Amino acid sequence: MSVQNDPAEQFAQFAHPERLVSGDWLEAHLGDPGLVVVESDEDVLLYETGHIEGAVKIDWHTDLNDPVVRDYIDGEQFAALLGSKGISRDSTVVIYGDKSNWWAAYALWVFTLFGHEDVRLLDGGRAKWEADGRAYTTAPEAAATVEYPVVQRDDSRIRAYKDDVLAHLGNPLIDVRSPEEFSGERTTAPAYPDEGALRAGHIPSAQSVPWGRAAAEDGTFRPISELNEIYRDGAGLVDGDNVVAYCRIGERSSHTWFVLTHLLGFENVRNYDGSWTEWGSAVRVPIVQGSEPGAVPAR
Amino acid sequence: MTNDTLPEPLAEIRDDFLALEMKTRLQLLLEFSNELPELPARYADHPDLLERVVECQSPVFIFVEVDDSSTVHMFATAPPESPTTRGFASILVQGLSGLSAAEVLAVPDDYPNSIGLTAAVSPLRIRGMTGMLARVKRQIRAKAA
Repeated sequence: MSVQNDPAEQFAQFAHPERLVSGDWLEAHLGDPGLVVVESDEDVLLYETGHIEGAVKIDWHTDLNDPVVRDYIDGEQFAALLGSKGISRDSTVVIYGDKSNWWAAYALWVFTLFGHEDVRLLDGGRAKWEADGRAYTTAPEAAATVEYPVVQRDDSRIRAYKDDVLAHLGNPLIDVRSPEEFSGERTTAPAYPDEGALRAGHIPSAQSVPWGRAAAEDGTFRPISELNEIYRDGAGLVDGDNVVAYCRIGERSSHTWFVLTHLLGFENVRNYDGSWTEWGSAVRVPIVQGSEPGAVPAR
Repeated sequence: MTNDTLPEPLAEIRDDFLALEMKTRLQLLLEFSNELPELPARYADHPDLLERVVECQSPVFIFVEVDDSSTVHMFATAPPESPTTRGFASILVQGLSGLSAAEVLAVPDDYPNSIGLTAAVSPLRIRGMTGMLARVKRQIRAKAA
């Protein structure tokens, strides 16, 4: 059972307006049959401090990642997780979170790996909800367990592995990390632990577009005209492009994946979740330093 | 890690966490988070005196004082939208304040991994507290130098 879309005018400009809902819409639909609200944050305690009424919590570290292998949970684990949160295969899921929905977008991307069809973001996430003066509750999570089918994860469409990225070189890459991470001038003062990568810089030819540029001050997504300026005029993307986005561990780039796929309508966007922590430590992969994208090496 | 090397307040905090089920441990961390004291006015007015802990994803600033009798006083601040980070800081403030400088320096570096939170919050996140502890020690060493 699917819940109707938010017809709000500000979403009509996007390629897939059905992927966003506003605070007004969510407030009016809380408790609708078929709707489950999910909070997903960087901070693992934020949900406990107060959350939207009836929302369940899904944590990217402790719920969505496999605890042993560097990978996402599998079909059985995903089915058990979603079932325990009261989510059915046909539920409309609205995800929101902190940091301009950075982690919410990551959760949405993982839901998409499993082909969960109707999954949306609350535009602006926690910050906008709070700024609008809307209510939170500290009531403990209370979801009745339901049946969620075991669906095998499909990594072929929206996820890229390191070898995929090597084969992709020559096509557009978007590096969504900070300019300092991109150029390789890491801030490494003495006694700081390293950041989990042995080399600094970026993948050759990658355009630097820090993920946060897609978010406005209030945490909502920027209007389509500004997104076009950033990604088409600025980063040179054109319709039909095959795009790979990456960051440090694949979370910030999920936000960019959402923008490119659902707001701008690019159909072939993959998130390289191995990202810099893999690439920057891999043996003999090409790396470019400095603020320029650099050329794709000859093979 | 034995209690011989671990100061009493830190051992108590560890035992309190370990006595709880995994889910309830987050509630205790939230209590710590809510208990993080406000900064004394002399730091509240001078945020530049505080050191940022970059290992934490959230902005957190700490400051350590060692008084004439070599007793450590620790202060920290982190925003309310970062309750986990506040909780980590609060554990260290409560566990380290009042110890001698030598006692703090002797605290095992992996104390944060021993209190039963690693699985509850994830190994990556607990590194934030490990980083904080390392900075406290470094500030103490710098003051002793």
